[in-house]
Amino acid sequence: MRKCSLDKLDLLLGEIAKSNELYLPVDDSDGSAVYKKWEKGTALSDALNTVRSPKDFFFPQTENLMEFKMQGKNIEIIDTRSELEDFVIFGVRACDVKSFEILDRVFLSEPVDSYYAMRRSHGVIISLACTRPAETCFCKTFGIDPASPSGDISAWKTESEIFFEANNEKGEALLSSLGALLQDCDNEAVEAQKAKINAIMDKLPLKNLTTEGFGGGKTAELFDDPHWAELSEACLGCGTCTFVCPTCQCYDIKDFNTGNGVIRFRCWDSCMYSDFTKMAHGNNRLTQKERFRQRFMHKLVYYPENNDGLFSCVGCGRCLAKCPISMNIVKVMKTIGGDKGE
Amino acid sequence: MQVNEYKPLIVAFCCNWCSYAGADLAGNNRLSYPADVKIIRVPCSCRVNPMFILRAFQRGADGVIICGCHPGDCHYTSGNYYTRRRMAALFSMLDFLGIERERTRLEWVSAAEGAKFAATMNDFVETVTALGENKRLEDLRCKK
Amino acid sequence: MQKITRDVLIDKASALLSDGTVSCVLGWKKGEFDYDVTPAVFTTHDELIKDFVFSDFCGANFSKYLVSKTKNIEGRILVFLKPCDTYSFNQLLTEHRFDREKVYAVGIPCEGMADISKVRAISGEGIASIDTSGDKMLVTTLYDDEPVEIAPCDFLAERCINCKSKKHVAFDELIGEDGDVIDSNRFDEVARLESLTPDERFAFWQNELSRCIRCNACRDACPACTCEKCVFDNPASGIENKSPANEFEEKLFHIIRAYHVAGRCTDCGECSRVCPQNIPLHLLNRKFIKDMNDFYGEYQAGAEVGMRAPLVDYTTEDLEPGEVFDRRDTDA
Repeated sequence: MRKCSLDKLDLLLGEIAKSNELYLPVDDSDGSAVYKKWEKGTALSDALNTVRSPKDFFFPQTENLMEFKMQGKNIEIIDTRSELEDFVIFGVRACDVKSFEILDRVFLSEPVDSYYAMRRSHGVIISLACTRPAETCFCKTFGIDPASPSGDISAWKTESEIFFEANNEKGEALLSSLGALLQDCDNEAVEAQKAKINAIMDKLPLKNLTTEGFGGGKTAELFDDPHWAELSEACLGCGTCTFVCPTCQCYDIKDFNTGNGVIRFRCWDSCMYSDFTKMAHGNNRLTQKERFRQRFMHKLVYYPENNDGLFSCVGCGRCLAKCPISMNIVKVMKTIGGDKGE
Repeated sequence: MQVNEYKPLIVAFCCNWCSYAGADLAGNNRLSYPADVKIIRVPCSCRVNPMFILRAFQRGADGVIICGCHPGDCHYTSGNYYTRRRMAALFSMLDFLGIERERTRLEWVSAAEGAKFAATMNDFVETVTALGENKRLEDLRCKK
Repeated sequence: MQKITRDVLIDKASALLSDGTVSCVLGWKKGEFDYDVTPAVFTTHDELIKDFVFSDFCGANFSKYLVSKTKNIEGRILVFLKPCDTYSFNQLLTEHRFDREKVYAVGIPCEGMADISKVRAISGEGIASIDTSGDKMLVTTLYDDEPVEIAPCDFLAERCINCKSKKHVAFDELIGEDGDVIDSNRFDEVARLESLTPDERFAFWQNELSRCIRCNACRDACPACTCEKCVFDNPASGIENKSPANEFEEKLFHIIRAYHVAGRCTDCGECSRVCPQNIPLHLLNRKFIKDMNDFYGEYQAGAEVGMRAPLVDYTTEDLEPGEVFDRRDTDA
């Protein structure tokens, strides 16, 4: 365990930024937090979390895959990838760190997605324990401890100091490179901080939310549940929930005609959209009810079925805060899941 | 020393009945206007959807001009009156977003006004040349 | 706080349900917290008692839901409309988007709705409860801090601070007294932006629109956006793009979105309310409204059924686009 006083945090971030591109949550002009590249004078946001999740770092909203240049009858295929430098993401919350594991299972299982894998291998994650979990948080439901985030390095912020612990070699290498800016210390302050966080966790309104009733093998039981109709009744069919979600990983691959060639790119897609997974015969989910059901069945049934029971939700609460009509996974779980009527 | 003279790309939407014929007349009379003006013939100036204008800028246009029959002379009676309102709203919005107002223009050119067509194009090209390249409504993907 | 209570609305809805005037009720359903209200359809008195809610967080405009909810229903649907919602209601009727006979509209007074992001900015995160019964909002957090009092001027949504009308322009029945059209300052911010230099305006919008994640919430919540198939959802349209791939795409989407509802937008402000990135989208719509008022005379979309919007109308004496700028330059 090593520490640094908060008034030296700026120096510390500057030191990290010397050898790596450094990204951290900062306050945006509209008051919400957003991940931005560190520059001199950039201050770490006090907000609990960013509106957009850090999945952008590994799975950007738009990513060029390749280009085609046409000359006469020849088509030249250009690989648009360039070698990445290592980069550091600072201040990732426990829920979002867990989301990387969920994305990894999709993109890093065979066949490996080389675009994702390249970004993933260059990223160093410094997680930050939540000081004040909010009412929308329910990470505990998915076995995540916001007081002990994982990542390459874990960090805890108290009122005057910030503490670091490396969790692997990559993290240890980075911490060692910071030299005299960090001092060795014991666990006492961090344990006290953890106790404070846990005390707040006990007061959260969603602390008793359970995943009971969901998981692999529940398709037949839940697919025709009569509640889907009323739950999806007010859904606008926008993509807010999917785009702020750290674990939504569906994408579309499209060609953009530039007038002198073609750029093939992929971009986030949303199962809430009418043209999601559109096929030659049209769309296989004709109503918003079916699209809505797909999103939650994927997170709570299909994904765990294929991934050893791991749910594809981390309880970050972004969809609770951002859905225009305030319909969200918590309401779905309470209505359809094990603790019906709780 | 090599001087790289900047030539803007201009897209001109011309209505079939007046302005396109006006362009034709300009040509028949050997009146010159810059070859940087690319004419797209439309059945009526009110066929021009705002999206066409934005798409022209996306694909590299530095200026977009819409030419139609004079008010009152529309082949379809009232098409150009609608154009006038639509373009007033659109141009004002582009200006509101900080995009140079000189890059867009609406002009009335009849089939008999070959000279006006050439003069309008010369003037518009000159204006856009002075502004330089369209940087505020460009799509870099299309410029490679 | 709202002058009208949940109980009054439940009584009204229950009475209309039991005498058979309506077969269902479009209302607000309480959520997990005091602020996450969801639009829902109720069919019985018991459902209403259990879940119906009316508070400062019932901002959603129900008019658009009528397009889908009036299809395939037996009888009529009861809808509660705040004054600004009635303008959207009329506009949709003007465009023949739903069957008026299938709707029983009850106008309800509105004291302005709260913007939860403004509340959060003051109280901080971790809201445990919000008491809206007093003149000021009382917010308690999870962290043993002192409860925070917030005055209406600090928690009201922008659209409500600049409320354009407390008058209901459509209803079958009214609860409470009707208000008046208000001479609001809603165009001040547009005028301020107009007075900036083009470079400053460009920088302003570049910054705002760069936050867009293309979730389409602004479009999907908009009561004027009721196309069966939006060009932006149609792979055959040539401009469908699911992500804001670059700055051009951001601008294209937002210009076209605002343009498509120009003259039909009632300025209900749903676009800005639902934007997860807090982009002031209503300013784009208001720019069109302000321009059309300036160019073609005052026009309020939805004020009456059957009005002709400025962009589907003309006079032979209209301004030329070039004159628009000449006029503004001489005004300045």
